[in-house]
Amino acid sequence: MQMLYPEYEVVRNPQRCITCRVCERQCANEVHVYDEELDTMRSYEEHCVACHRCVSLCPTKALKIVKTDHTFRTNANWTGEVIGEIYRQAESGGVLLSSMGTPKDYPVYFDKMLINASQVTNPSIDPLREPMETRTFLGRKTVRVERGPDGRLIDNTAPQLTLSVPVMFSAMSYGSISYNAHESLARAARELGIFYNTGEGGLHSDFYQYGANTIIQVASGRFGVHKDYLNAGAAVEIKMGQGAKPGIGGHLPGEKIVGDIAKTRMIPEGSDAISPAPHHDIYSIEDLRQLVYSLKEATEYKKPVIVKIAAVHNVPAIASGIARSGADIIAIDGFRGGTGAAPTRIRDNVGIPIELALASVDQRLRDEGIRNDVSIVVGGSIRNSADIVKAVALGADAVYVATSALLALGCHLCRTCQLGKCNWGIATQRPVLVKRLNPDVGFKRLVNLVTAWRHEIMEMMGGMGINSIEALRGNRLMLRGVGLNEKELSILGIQHAGE
Amino acid sequence: MKRIYVSEKWCLGCHLCEYYCAFANSGSDDMAKALMNRRINPRIQVEERGGISFAVSCRHCEEPLCVKSCITGALSSEGGLITIDKNRCVACHTCVLVCPYGTIMPSDDGMMQKCELCLKNTIGEPACVKYCPNRAIIYEDSDVPAAAR
Amino acid sequence: MQKEGQVRIPSGCAIAGIFSRTGTRMDGSGIIRSISTMHDRSNGLGGGFAGYGIYPESKDYYALHIFYNNSSAKAECESFLDRHFDIINLSKIPTRKIPAITDEPLIWRYFVTPLPTRLQASQLDEREFVARSLFRVNTRIEGAHVFSSGKNMGVFKAVGFPEDVGAFYRLEEYEGHCWTAHGRYPTNTPGWWGGAHPFAMLDYSVVHNGEISSYDANRRYIEMFGYKCTLLTDTEVITYIIDYLHRKVGLTLREVARVIAAPFWSSIAGLPEEEQAWVSYLRKSFGSLLVTGPFSILLGFDRGMMVLGDRLKLRSMVVAEKGSMVYAASEECAIRVLEPNVDRIWAPGAGEPVIVTLDGGDA
Repeated sequence: MQMLYPEYEVVRNPQRCITCRVCERQCANEVHVYDEELDTMRSYEEHCVACHRCVSLCPTKALKIVKTDHTFRTNANWTGEVIGEIYRQAESGGVLLSSMGTPKDYPVYFDKMLINASQVTNPSIDPLREPMETRTFLGRKTVRVERGPDGRLIDNTAPQLTLSVPVMFSAMSYGSISYNAHESLARAARELGIFYNTGEGGLHSDFYQYGANTIIQVASGRFGVHKDYLNAGAAVEIKMGQGAKPGIGGHLPGEKIVGDIAKTRMIPEGSDAISPAPHHDIYSIEDLRQLVYSLKEATEYKKPVIVKIAAVHNVPAIASGIARSGADIIAIDGFRGGTGAAPTRIRDNVGIPIELALASVDQRLRDEGIRNDVSIVVGGSIRNSADIVKAVALGADAVYVATSALLALGCHLCRTCQLGKCNWGIATQRPVLVKRLNPDVGFKRLVNLVTAWRHEIMEMMGGMGINSIEALRGNRLMLRGVGLNEKELSILGIQHAGE
Repeated sequence: MKRIYVSEKWCLGCHLCEYYCAFANSGSDDMAKALMNRRINPRIQVEERGGISFAVSCRHCEEPLCVKSCITGALSSEGGLITIDKNRCVACHTCVLVCPYGTIMPSDDGMMQKCELCLKNTIGEPACVKYCPNRAIIYEDSDVPAAAR
Repeated sequence: MQKEGQVRIPSGCAIAGIFSRTGTRMDGSGIIRSISTMHDRSNGLGGGFAGYGIYPESKDYYALHIFYNNSSAKAECESFLDRHFDIINLSKIPTRKIPAITDEPLIWRYFVTPLPTRLQASQLDEREFVARSLFRVNTRIEGAHVFSSGKNMGVFKAVGFPEDVGAFYRLEEYEGHCWTAHGRYPTNTPGWWGGAHPFAMLDYSVVHNGEISSYDANRRYIEMFGYKCTLLTDTEVITYIIDYLHRKVGLTLREVARVIAAPFWSSIAGLPEEEQAWVSYLRKSFGSLLVTGPFSILLGFDRGMMVLGDRLKLRSMVVAEKGSMVYAASEECAIRVLEPNVDRIWAPGAGEPVIVTLDGGDA
């Protein structure tokens, strides 16, 4: 008995289909089948995940995927989705799993903030004619002026990451995404003068060459961590949490631990890679300080240490503790952040929006006078250049993007990464699928995306009469809220439009 | 000279090149109309076996055996591009026999056809290259094609 | 309608400055003549002056100029001053009644020095003690506003055109080696005496023409270091930035200029290697104190004056020399009216500071 009707339907226009069978060849879910007898294509829609690989490749635009209009009796409380989940759990007895960021309709505060522009009293600046600077430094800025015998200032800044634009690709492990996806990210980071992040799966030996643009991650499973690895990148990130699944570890099933992935993670092939929920050597803030300094010792104090946390309710206090732990950069991941797999209930119900977390952390660190001790990097659904401008104006030094980067690589947000059958060659380890992402194509698309964003950031900055990104950072006067209540405005530290 | 290079590393075996080739040389402006209910006979063909695939089309050899062997002079090489004049072709199939790559084949009208880099149709650039979804077919002027570097 | 401090008010302006490198003292009539040539650059909603070297007899004491809305604010403030300072002298600041200046608050002057016991107990250096005390007056005592607090210098400001403000304060009766002046063109306020320029803190006084776009980034950064921006004006935040970098961090004014009006990275790349190192160091370390948007400022400080314009040169500023005299103004006419035959006149490049001092040294 099938309790559920397929969620999506394949609509094939018989007047356009030329039975070239590209849909059939390209669908790893085996939705499309050629019927030789009838010389037509048929669909097994129950397999369809709405990834649009077939739609994108169909040369005659004969295909589209639509949400089924098959329905339960209308019920605002017991929606079809809720009912369906119960059927699935009644069938499996298991935890529901999902991928990518929560699709739930929570408020997106970025969309409720508007950006200022200059009129009359102060000129806007045209980035096509005037210099417009987006160079960003990440790291501790606490200053103790020292002079040489000749009176000249001595550069005693702590190690910094230098970004051409305040955007970085956030952590996605080799294993959760493919070799070609990693290569695309690494090459794009180098080309753009920014950074990508290894995630917790170690660093494939082929990618050590991109070390100057790599942030290497140390997570609770410690996969692939060794001295050369720590020193291979430009910075070390301790992953304490992830926005999509705060308080939850990770689990890469043994079937994905094959070949180079096992080697890179330094675990036997076929063994499950389980990242514990906490770091078992960090049960408190003083333990974090010890890990921060262990990593600094291992890297001879030459590399900034990032501590990445999920945005949770008391994030300002946690951030304050991290800022005092010796970390150089705090990365905060909002609850809308993506994931290769997370328990659905956690993803959809735990954590807080990044905009509020960022605003309260930035203000808290300023109130304590320690904002200079750390840079703040935020992620968790940064979707476009306007989100970046707003994040920087709220107080972020830079943003982390992952979902946007995957979209640039072809991801269509079908949110079934956990199945390992990514038709776009991203979240899969099957060689026939991995090869669908040619890094020559992928890296260029990433470069294009960030370049386009940089142009837009410069346009918006110029409109505000700002010609260097540091003058935008924390410049909340450049933001106004629309449709926000007093409390939201006060947390964001902005005024309402019209004020 | 600019040539077409193919890379089995990135070829997905999707066969789209074949369809775009057939469409490009159909003279029609609508692919569905041109190719619906037809068995296509493209000038580029995907070879595949054992999980390896790559597209094959005329190599535009520097010393083309087809041109040498053509009994009517229908095949000619000009600036490295090898073209066929169907009006002079007598369908003797000699070129098909001598081509070491198997990239000359009879067209639907019986005369021989081969890849002419879409320079003689309305596309003006190789359609297989333009529409390959994974850049497995590239068209460039290089002794060492990027795909093989 | 909200007044200064409750709302941020952008304004355009005229500024002028005169400096005698030999320390020759000039009365205030010259600077009034200079600023009044630029009458059209202000709209009668604020004008003011700063004079340096004007209190030689009391040069060891902090001269506090204070506006009071009423006598109870005065009583409260004086009781505060009494608890923290030795008040050497106090008096009303002499003014002259003129029709153009109305609604004046009570305007008082005090020469004070910190009480040694209080100073010692605070564990602060003297200037920091004075600065913090005055922040307390301005933020906690309703109706009291300290608008000048340096030694041997004083600020005189009001709502009105600058020439009227000068006459009101009888500036011809003061003599100083340095004068700066300001005419204000605020865009949406009835004007408030405390909001007029110069803005001063300790010996630093700033007159500013412009509207900076980096305001909130600068404000939120500087407030980490004990400053409280109560007026929400550009001038206030710029003054605090200079005070912080020069007095607290220990940068030279030339270095301060490189922070506030930092060169573009593309220009830094072209500097000689040694200079590149310290200029990049400053940009990396103090990025949040970069001031963007149009501004030109005249900074008065103990024994010196600095002229600085923004990194794109979006506001006019002309500097001239005649013998030991240095002139600076938004428009050349304001200089020519005082000295038609200058030795040299030029418009300093974007972000290029011009620093003059009594002894000719750096600052």
